[in-house]
Amino acid sequence: MTVIRSEKDPDNLTLTIVAEFDAAPDVVWDVWEDPRKLERWWGPPTFPATFTRHDFMVGGQSRYHMTGPNGETPRGWWQIDAIDKPRRIDFLNGLAGDDGEPLPQLPPMSGSVTFESTESGTRMTAVTNFTDTEQMQAMLERGMQEGMTQAIGQIDALLLSPATHV
Amino acid sequence: MVVDGLSEAEADRVFHAMADKTRRDILARVVLHEQSVSSLSRQYEMSFAAVQKHVAVLEHAELVGKHRQGREQIVRANTSTLRRAVELLDSYEQLWVQRAKQITELLTSEKGEADDRHPL
Repeated sequence: MTVIRSEKDPDNLTLTIVAEFDAAPDVVWDVWEDPRKLERWWGPPTFPATFTRHDFMVGGQSRYHMTGPNGETPRGWWQIDAIDKPRRIDFLNGLAGDDGEPLPQLPPMSGSVTFESTESGTRMTAVTNFTDTEQMQAMLERGMQEGMTQAIGQIDALLLSPATHV
Repeated sequence: MVVDGLSEAEADRVFHAMADKTRRDILARVVLHEQSVSSLSRQYEMSFAAVQKHVAVLEHAELVGKHRQGREQIVRANTSTLRRAVELLDSYEQLWVQRAKQITELLTSEKGEADDRHPL
Protein backbone atom coordinates (compact mmCIF):
# COMPACT_ATOMS: atom_id res chain seq x y z
CA MET A 1 0.00 0.00 0.00
CA THR A 2 1.68 3.18 -1.08
CA VAL A 3 -0.95 5.80 -0.35
CA ILE A 4 -0.79 6.37 3.36
CA ARG A 5 -3.20 9.24 3.75
CA SER A 6 -5.67 11.30 1.81
CA GLU A 7 -7.50 14.40 2.93
CA LYS A 8 -10.42 16.01 1.21
CA ASP A 9 -11.33 19.55 2.12
CA PRO A 10 -14.61 20.30 0.33
CA ASP A 11 -14.85 23.81 1.79
CA ASN A 12 -11.60 24.83 0.15
CA LEU A 13 -11.78 22.35 -2.76
CA THR A 14 -8.42 20.89 -1.86
CA LEU A 15 -7.23 17.31 -2.15
CA THR A 16 -4.10 16.09 -0.38
CA ILE A 17 -2.56 12.71 -1.13
CA VAL A 18 0.42 11.39 0.84
CA ALA A 19 2.25 8.41 -0.64
CA GLU A 20 5.44 6.62 0.31
CA PHE A 21 7.87 4.97 -2.07
CA ASP A 22 10.88 2.69 -1.55
CA ALA A 23 13.20 4.94 -3.54
CA ALA A 24 15.30 8.00 -2.79
CA PRO A 25 13.79 11.49 -3.38
CA ASP A 26 15.93 12.12 -6.48
CA VAL A 27 14.65 8.88 -8.02
CA VAL A 28 11.01 9.78 -7.30
CA TRP A 29 11.71 13.31 -8.56
CA ASP A 30 12.80 11.83 -11.87
CA VAL A 31 9.34 10.36 -12.57
CA TRP A 32 8.11 13.99 -12.68
CA GLU A 33 11.03 15.51 -14.57
CA ASP A 34 11.54 12.85 -17.27
CA PRO A 35 8.56 13.04 -19.68
CA ARG A 36 9.01 9.39 -20.75
CA LYS A 37 8.60 8.38 -17.10
CA LEU A 38 5.87 10.92 -16.38
CA GLU A 39 3.69 9.55 -19.17
CA ARG A 40 3.83 6.10 -17.60
CA TRP A 41 1.81 7.22 -14.58
CA TRP A 42 0.03 10.52 -15.29
CA GLY A 43 -2.97 9.03 -17.11
CA PRO A 44 -5.15 6.16 -15.92
CA PRO A 45 -4.19 2.77 -17.48
CA THR A 46 -6.98 3.05 -20.05
CA PHE A 47 -6.01 6.68 -20.81
CA PRO A 48 -2.21 6.64 -21.16
CA ALA A 49 -0.61 10.08 -21.46
CA THR A 50 1.80 11.30 -24.12
CA PHE A 51 3.82 14.44 -23.34
CA THR A 52 4.73 16.23 -26.54
CA ARG A 53 6.39 19.08 -24.61
CA HIS A 54 7.81 19.19 -21.09
CA ASP A 55 9.95 22.24 -20.39
CA PHE A 56 10.92 21.33 -16.86
CA MET A 57 11.96 24.77 -15.64
CA VAL A 58 10.32 27.66 -13.81
CA GLY A 59 7.84 29.21 -16.24
CA GLY A 60 8.16 26.15 -18.48
CA GLN A 61 5.20 24.75 -20.37
CA SER A 62 4.09 21.19 -20.94
CA ARG A 63 1.58 19.83 -23.44
CA TYR A 64 0.09 16.38 -23.29
CA HIS A 65 -2.77 14.29 -24.52
CA MET A 66 -4.23 11.07 -23.29
CA THR A 67 -5.49 8.30 -25.53
CA GLY A 68 -8.73 6.67 -24.45
CA PRO A 69 -10.04 3.23 -25.33
CA ASN A 70 -12.34 4.69 -28.01
CA GLY A 71 -9.64 6.78 -29.62
CA GLU A 72 -10.59 9.99 -27.80
CA THR A 73 -7.63 12.25 -27.02
CA PRO A 74 -8.35 14.69 -24.19
CA ARG A 75 -5.59 17.32 -24.09
CA GLY A 76 -4.03 19.21 -21.23
CA TRP A 77 -1.21 21.50 -20.26
CA TRP A 78 1.06 22.35 -17.35
CA GLN A 79 2.90 25.48 -16.42
CA ILE A 80 5.65 25.12 -13.85
CA ASP A 81 5.63 27.91 -11.27
CA ALA A 82 8.36 26.75 -8.89
CA ILE A 83 11.07 24.09 -8.78
CA ASP A 84 13.23 23.25 -5.78
CA LYS A 85 14.98 20.02 -6.77
CA PRO A 86 14.46 17.44 -5.26
CA ARG A 87 12.05 18.92 -2.74
CA ARG A 88 9.16 20.75 -4.36
CA ILE A 89 7.33 21.40 -7.64
CA ASP A 90 4.46 23.90 -8.03
CA PHE A 91 2.52 23.78 -11.25
CA LEU A 92 -0.74 24.67 -12.95
CA ASN A 93 -2.64 21.97 -14.83
CA GLY A 94 -5.47 22.78 -17.20
CA LEU A 95 -7.49 21.51 -20.11
CA ALA A 96 -6.46 22.26 -23.66
CA GLY A 97 -8.50 22.49 -26.83
CA ASP A 98 -8.12 20.35 -29.94
CA ASP A 99 -5.14 22.48 -30.98
CA GLY A 100 -3.38 21.48 -27.75
CA GLU A 101 -3.31 25.03 -26.39
CA PRO A 102 -4.88 26.08 -23.05
CA LEU A 103 -8.61 26.80 -23.01
CA PRO A 104 -8.70 30.37 -21.69
CA GLN A 105 -12.26 30.17 -20.35
CA LEU A 106 -11.42 27.32 -17.99
CA PRO A 107 -9.21 28.09 -14.99
CA PRO A 108 -6.39 25.61 -14.32
CA MET A 109 -6.07 23.69 -11.07
CA SER A 110 -2.93 24.30 -9.07
CA GLY A 111 -0.76 21.49 -7.85
CA SER A 112 2.04 21.45 -5.33
CA VAL A 113 4.07 18.33 -4.73
CA THR A 114 6.73 17.93 -2.04
CA PHE A 115 9.25 15.15 -1.48
CA GLU A 116 10.68 14.25 1.91
CA SER A 117 13.35 11.70 2.67
CA THR A 118 12.23 8.92 5.02
CA GLU A 119 13.98 5.88 6.50
CA SER A 120 12.62 3.63 3.77
CA GLY A 121 12.64 6.08 0.86
CA THR A 122 10.47 9.06 0.03
CA ARG A 123 7.24 10.54 1.28
CA MET A 124 5.49 12.43 -1.53
CA THR A 125 2.70 14.84 -0.69
CA ALA A 126 0.59 16.04 -3.63
CA VAL A 127 -1.84 18.88 -2.96
CA THR A 128 -4.32 19.87 -5.64
CA ASN A 129 -6.37 23.03 -5.29
CA PHE A 130 -9.43 23.54 -7.46
CA THR A 131 -11.22 26.76 -8.35
CA ASP A 132 -14.81 25.54 -8.54
CA THR A 133 -16.89 22.41 -9.11
CA GLU A 134 -17.46 23.29 -12.78
CA GLN A 135 -13.74 23.06 -13.38
CA MET A 136 -13.53 19.78 -11.46
CA GLN A 137 -16.31 18.31 -13.54
CA ALA A 138 -14.94 19.51 -16.90
CA MET A 139 -11.76 17.53 -16.39
CA LEU A 140 -13.59 14.36 -15.36
CA GLU A 141 -16.00 14.62 -18.28
CA ARG A 142 -13.19 14.25 -20.75
CA GLY A 143 -13.56 10.52 -20.48
CA MET A 144 -11.38 9.99 -17.46
CA GLN A 145 -14.13 8.69 -15.22
CA GLU A 146 -13.92 5.23 -16.75
CA GLY A 147 -10.24 4.86 -16.09
CA MET A 148 -10.48 6.12 -12.57
CA THR A 149 -13.11 3.77 -11.26
CA GLN A 150 -10.50 1.02 -11.64
CA ALA A 151 -8.77 2.40 -8.58
CA ILE A 152 -11.81 1.72 -6.44
CA GLY A 153 -10.31 -1.47 -4.98
CA GLN A 154 -7.54 0.66 -3.55
CA ILE A 155 -9.99 3.17 -2.14
CA ASP A 156 -11.67 0.28 -0.34
CA ALA A 157 -8.36 -0.49 1.33
CA LEU A 158 -7.99 3.16 2.29
CA LEU A 159 -11.42 3.28 3.84
CA LEU A 160 -10.59 0.29 5.98
CA SER A 161 -7.45 1.76 7.44
CA PRO A 162 -7.91 4.10 10.42
CA ALA A 163 -6.75 7.71 10.32
CA THR A 164 -7.28 7.91 6.59
CA HIS A 165 -10.23 10.21 6.26
CA VAL A 166 -10.15 13.29 8.37
CA MET B 1 -14.85 13.86 6.18
CA VAL B 2 -17.36 16.63 6.62
CA VAL B 3 -20.81 15.49 7.62
CA ASP B 4 -22.50 18.82 7.57
CA GLY B 5 -25.95 19.14 9.08
CA LEU B 6 -26.75 15.42 8.94
CA SER B 7 -28.53 13.72 11.82
CA GLU B 8 -26.98 10.51 13.09
CA ALA B 9 -29.63 8.43 11.32
CA GLU B 10 -29.03 10.29 8.06
CA ALA B 11 -25.29 9.86 8.43
CA ASP B 12 -25.78 6.12 9.02
CA ARG B 13 -27.76 5.85 5.80
CA VAL B 14 -25.14 7.80 3.86
CA PHE B 15 -22.28 5.66 5.17
CA HIS B 16 -24.23 2.47 4.55
CA ALA B 17 -24.95 3.60 1.00
CA MET B 18 -21.32 4.53 0.38
CA ALA B 19 -19.92 1.32 1.88
CA ASP B 20 -20.64 -0.54 -1.36
CA LYS B 21 -18.36 -0.32 -4.38
CA THR B 22 -21.14 -0.55 -6.97
CA ARG B 23 -23.12 2.19 -5.24
CA ARG B 24 -20.10 4.47 -5.14
CA ASP B 25 -19.60 3.81 -8.82
CA ILE B 26 -23.25 4.52 -9.64
CA LEU B 27 -23.04 7.77 -7.69
CA ALA B 28 -19.83 8.75 -9.49
CA ARG B 29 -21.57 8.21 -12.83
CA VAL B 30 -24.76 10.11 -12.08
CA VAL B 31 -22.84 13.00 -10.56
CA LEU B 32 -21.45 13.58 -14.05
CA HIS B 33 -24.62 12.87 -16.02
CA GLU B 34 -28.11 11.95 -14.96
CA GLN B 35 -29.10 8.66 -16.57
CA SER B 36 -31.76 5.98 -16.58
CA VAL B 37 -31.68 2.87 -14.40
CA SER B 38 -31.61 0.74 -17.55
CA SER B 39 -28.63 2.65 -18.94
CA LEU B 40 -26.86 2.17 -15.59
CA SER B 41 -27.67 -1.54 -15.51
CA ARG B 42 -26.01 -2.01 -18.92
CA GLN B 43 -22.73 -0.89 -17.33
CA TYR B 44 -22.64 -3.61 -14.67
CA GLU B 45 -22.63 -7.36 -14.78
CA MET B 46 -25.79 -7.59 -12.75
CA SER B 47 -29.51 -7.61 -13.33
CA PHE B 48 -31.69 -4.53 -13.80
CA ALA B 49 -33.39 -5.43 -10.49
CA ALA B 50 -30.07 -5.57 -8.65
CA VAL B 51 -29.03 -2.16 -9.97
CA GLN B 52 -32.47 -0.82 -9.10
CA LYS B 53 -31.95 -2.00 -5.51
CA HIS B 54 -28.60 -0.21 -5.30
CA VAL B 55 -30.24 2.95 -6.63
CA ALA B 56 -32.97 2.59 -3.98
CA VAL B 57 -30.34 2.50 -1.20
CA LEU B 58 -28.72 5.65 -2.61
CA GLU B 59 -32.16 7.24 -2.83
CA HIS B 60 -32.95 6.30 0.79
CA ALA B 61 -29.73 8.06 1.83
CA GLU B 62 -30.89 11.05 -0.25
CA LEU B 63 -27.73 10.88 -2.32
CA VAL B 64 -29.73 10.55 -5.55
CA GLY B 65 -33.25 11.34 -6.70
CA LYS B 66 -35.37 9.67 -9.38
CA HIS B 67 -37.86 11.12 -11.79
CA ARG B 68 -39.81 9.60 -14.67
CA GLN B 69 -39.19 10.44 -18.29
CA GLY B 70 -41.59 8.46 -20.47
CA ARG B 71 -41.04 4.85 -19.56
CA GLU B 72 -37.58 5.45 -18.11
CA GLN B 73 -36.62 6.23 -14.53
CA ILE B 74 -33.91 8.86 -14.55
CA VAL B 75 -31.42 8.92 -11.68
CA ARG B 76 -29.84 12.21 -10.72
CA ALA B 77 -27.36 13.07 -7.98
CA ASN B 78 -28.72 15.22 -5.16
CA THR B 79 -26.38 18.07 -5.19
CA SER B 80 -25.91 20.34 -2.31
CA THR B 81 -22.77 22.23 -3.27
CA LEU B 82 -20.77 20.75 -0.44
CA ARG B 83 -21.86 17.19 -1.16
CA ARG B 84 -21.09 17.72 -4.82
CA ALA B 85 -17.62 18.96 -3.91
CA VAL B 86 -17.03 15.85 -1.78
CA GLU B 87 -18.12 13.57 -4.63
CA LEU B 88 -15.89 15.32 -7.15
CA LEU B 89 -12.97 15.21 -4.71
CA ASP B 90 -13.62 11.45 -4.36
CA SER B 91 -13.07 11.05 -8.09
CA TYR B 92 -9.81 12.99 -8.01
CA GLU B 93 -8.74 10.96 -4.99
CA GLN B 94 -9.24 7.82 -7.07
CA LEU B 95 -7.14 9.34 -9.84
CA TRP B 96 -4.28 10.17 -7.46
CA VAL B 97 -4.38 6.80 -5.70
CA GLN B 98 -4.06 5.25 -9.11
CA ARG B 99 -1.19 7.57 -10.04
CA ALA B 100 0.66 6.63 -6.84
CA LYS B 101 0.15 2.98 -7.68
CA GLN B 102 1.54 3.51 -11.19
CA ILE B 103 4.56 5.40 -9.83
CA THR B 104 5.23 2.43 -7.51
CA GLU B 105 5.04 0.05 -10.47
CA LEU B 106 7.38 2.24 -12.50
CA LEU B 107 9.92 2.52 -9.66
CA THR B 108 9.74 -1.23 -9.07
CA SER B 109 10.35 -2.02 -12.75
CA GLU B 110 13.26 0.47 -12.88
CA LYS B 111 14.80 -1.14 -9.83
CA GLY B 112 14.47 -4.56 -11.48
CA GLU B 113 16.21 -3.30 -14.64
CA ALA B 114 19.02 -1.73 -12.61
CA ASP B 115 19.52 -5.00 -10.72
CA ASP B 116 19.68 -6.87 -14.02
CA ARG B 117 22.42 -4.56 -15.25
CA HIS B 118 24.43 -4.84 -12.06
CA PRO B 119 24.01 -8.40 -10.81
CA LEU B 120 25.37 -8.92 -7.31
